Amino acid sequence: MSAPSPTQATDPKPTGGSPTSRQPQSGSGGNPIVSAVSYLGGQLRQIGLFIALIVIVLFFQITTNGITLAPINVSNLVVQNSYILILAIGMVMVIIAGHIDLSVGSVVAFTGAMAGVMITQWGLPWPLAVVLCLVLGALVGAWQGFWIAYFGIPAFIVTLAGMLAFRGAAQIALQSTQISSFPQGFRNIGSGFLPAFGTTGYEPLTLILGAVASIALIGTGLRGRATRRKYQLEDEPFLWFVTKLVFTVALVMYVGFLLASYSGTPIVLVILAVLVVVYSTVMKNSVFGRHVYAIGGNVHAAELSGVKTKRVTFLLFVNMGVISALAGIVFTSQLNLAASSAGTGFELDAIAAVFIGGAAVTGGIGTVTGAIIGGLIIGILNNGLSILGVGTEYQSLIKGLVLLAAVAFDVFNKRRAASSGK
Amino acid sequence: MANTILEMREITKTFPGVKALQDVTLEVERGQVHAICGENGAGKSTLMKVLSGVYPSGSFDGQILLDGQPVDFKNINDSEAAGVVIIHQELALSPFLSIAENIFLGNEQAKGGFIDWNKTNLDAAGLLARVGLRDNPITKVVDIGVGKQQLVEIAKALSKRVKILILDEPTAALNDDDSAHLLDLIKSLQGQGITSIIISHKLNEIKAIADKVTIIRDGKTIETLDMHADEVSEDRIIKGMVGRDLESRYPAHESTVGEELLRIEDWTVHHPLDATREIIHQAHLSVKAGEIVGIAGLMGAGRTELAMSVFGRSYGTGISGTVYKRGQEVDTSTVSKAIAAGIAYATEDRKKYGLNLIDDITRNVSGSALGKLANWGFVNRSEESTVAERFRKSMNIKAPTVAAVTGKLSGGNQQKVVLSKWMYADPDVLILDEPTRGIDVGAKYEIYTIINQLADAGKGVIVISSELPELLGICDRIYTLSEGRITADVPIAEATPEFLLKYMTLERESPVNERA
Repeated sequence: MSAPSPTQATDPKPTGGSPTSRQPQSGSGGNPIVSAVSYLGGQLRQIGLFIALIVIVLFFQITTNGITLAPINVSNLVVQNSYILILAIGMVMVIIAGHIDLSVGSVVAFTGAMAGVMITQWGLPWPLAVVLCLVLGALVGAWQGFWIAYFGIPAFIVTLAGMLAFRGAAQIALQSTQISSFPQGFRNIGSGFLPAFGTTGYEPLTLILGAVASIALIGTGLRGRATRRKYQLEDEPFLWFVTKLVFTVALVMYVGFLLASYSGTPIVLVILAVLVVVYSTVMKNSVFGRHVYAIGGNVHAAELSGVKTKRVTFLLFVNMGVISALAGIVFTSQLNLAASSAGTGFELDAIAAVFIGGAAVTGGIGTVTGAIIGGLIIGILNNGLSILGVGTEYQSLIKGLVLLAAVAFDVFNKRRAASSGK
Repeated sequence: MANTILEMREITKTFPGVKALQDVTLEVERGQVHAICGENGAGKSTLMKVLSGVYPSGSFDGQILLDGQPVDFKNINDSEAAGVVIIHQELALSPFLSIAENIFLGNEQAKGGFIDWNKTNLDAAGLLARVGLRDNPITKVVDIGVGKQQLVEIAKALSKRVKILILDEPTAALNDDDSAHLLDLIKSLQGQGITSIIISHKLNEIKAIADKVTIIRDGKTIETLDMHADEVSEDRIIKGMVGRDLESRYPAHESTVGEELLRIEDWTVHHPLDATREIIHQAHLSVKAGEIVGIAGLMGAGRTELAMSVFGRSYGTGISGTVYKRGQEVDTSTVSKAIAAGIAYATEDRKKYGLNLIDDITRNVSGSALGKLANWGFVNRSEESTVAERFRKSMNIKAPTVAAVTGKLSGGNQQKVVLSKWMYADPDVLILDEPTRGIDVGAKYEIYTIINQLADAGKGVIVISSELPELLGICDRIYTLSEGRITADVPIAEATPEFLLKYMTLERESPVNERA
């Protein structure tokens, strides 16, 4: 049931005597089923994304005879897609602001190469090398952000240049060789697991983490709903709210259970979870995040509202650089290999994830969670098709069609909404 | 009237909710220069769009006769084929194509699908000679000045064997030399048998070249004056353009004027792309607490440019001058500094510059003062919603909740969101640029009431408006702006529409003392 919408009738006559006749508001209250249906109609995109994810998972679960949701495969799925998901978080912010970053794959290669050089050639301790790589990522982002924000060159051009330049830089750093055999501590970032307690079938720490995450989800969900109700902003039907919450919690617990029955919680999953929570909050609730949406929605209006649009754009690219460096570290550590060809095509996967996740090409629209779901859809497609033995040429073909279908669905949905005046 | 080339009979054009033209009649004689005058929004441009087929026949009532024959233009191609060519205020040239390519754009001189470059450039050179332009036809349009671009437009019209040339504010963007040359050209085209219809605000130009002038007011023909027979003065034209009754469309208000809040001195601004062109010249302006000050000026006088250059140098280059706040010099060189100095500017184009149309009321209202709602960089969203809800109620924004997307609100409600945004930022001085543009009468009244309340709360309000009755109805004092200069500063008691229009059209050459 939606909260009663406040109508004009409850207002004391506000601003002097206006000669206009006040039209009664078409209330959104009334029949709960009608309002629920109309609400879901407006949320088609979000629902569609979830349904698509479920359908794809079920499809592969059946066609692979249960391999898709086997504990070891779920664990691999998380680990092997982590760097794309990490990149998607930075990319969605850039795209919300109305820009793009084509250089992330090359930055992954460059920072991974530098990690290798620092650890094996310079003999730096790996934690220091990780920090230096993140700083390097920030510098790369600052370089690109400078040209985009302060010099006014379109991000497409600057990052296309970066895509070429940093690929070259990676080759120069590695002097056309590869670096392998990293210390175990470094390798754990990408492929390690949280220390396991107990020796029984299910690893207890993972189960505890799953339970904590579930409780946190329920808690924040309920609190957010209570606040919105208090300010009469809630238009989400209760049934839908519960369905969504139950589904999410079940998903988290199920994944936790699967991971616990294999080797426990991958360390990258922890990194990823922290990033998702932090960046979701930043984008939703921080002044910075608001400014990003404002710039993407209408850069002129943002500028004239006192938003320092250039500085925000610059910082966005610095952030993207740091995130690319993190992805580079995770990738290098996971493969135990620094190669100049690392990260080829990652930018395209990250961008596709963001658009499948519902971001608008024109900016101003998109969410971190959407990008993560988009990334998962791509990851599961990759994984499932590989298990089925479909060649990479068909994988690429199918991914392309999925991206087009997702955006076409968006456009169709917008037109429908526009024509029905919703 | 055997020599009538064009007759428009009882033209009525309605837009949803607005009657833009009502029974307008226009008769133009062959080979004359016919001027059309009227205030901003009187319906001049609409009438010309009806004539040139921009609004296809059927979308308006009435009849158009060309050489005595009724015509039905379905689009611009039809009207151009009949020899009626319109040159819009914003030139429609493709900047990176050559002059010759532009002249024949859409009418390419081709043989078998391939452009005949010799013919294109030769014919273009011939046409350029007719408009007195000596540039090479292969020069790119971007490399010639606005004045020459205007001539290229006319050459393009000539290439279409124009019989009636319509010029919408042709000299608005031109400097004095270019304007003079253009007016000479129109005269000489008259000698070649081309009839011109010219829309202009510049009464001295009309006096110089027009044979007849038709005055339009509120979408109706008021009168047609014969410039040769009646010895028509500029004052006579102004009288026709105004003379509208001031009904009780404005809430009664007594202002209590206090100390001076804002003073701008010697404010000079240059065009952002052409640093040699002065847009604002040594403007002086002040506003006191509780005072509503109007800025009256015609389109292109520099009203918005003045306001935006003060507000964080959002417009222009080579800006010089000083801004004083309560007698202290303040820095307004960026938007955030201007906001910090207590200045707000609500734009004339709320869709393009005022709102994030894909976001909701809440986040638009909080947009310019998020810092007030934030702790450690994070927004207190509950408080934000409370604030937005408070404004929704007090401003009477008609939307079910503050989560409504602003792009779907009506113009009046969008304007209230913009005003809410600036009221929440709590500035001392608000500059409102065309605060009631595109808003229905009822919502206008509400906006005026809000402006009065702001003044009563001790704010200084500057209202920029094209509508003189509006300024006369709500302001305490009015500045007139003409060609980037403040030409008069009158208290409301002494202001009349005739007086304002006289100073709004005051030419640069004839300096007068500030207070007439």
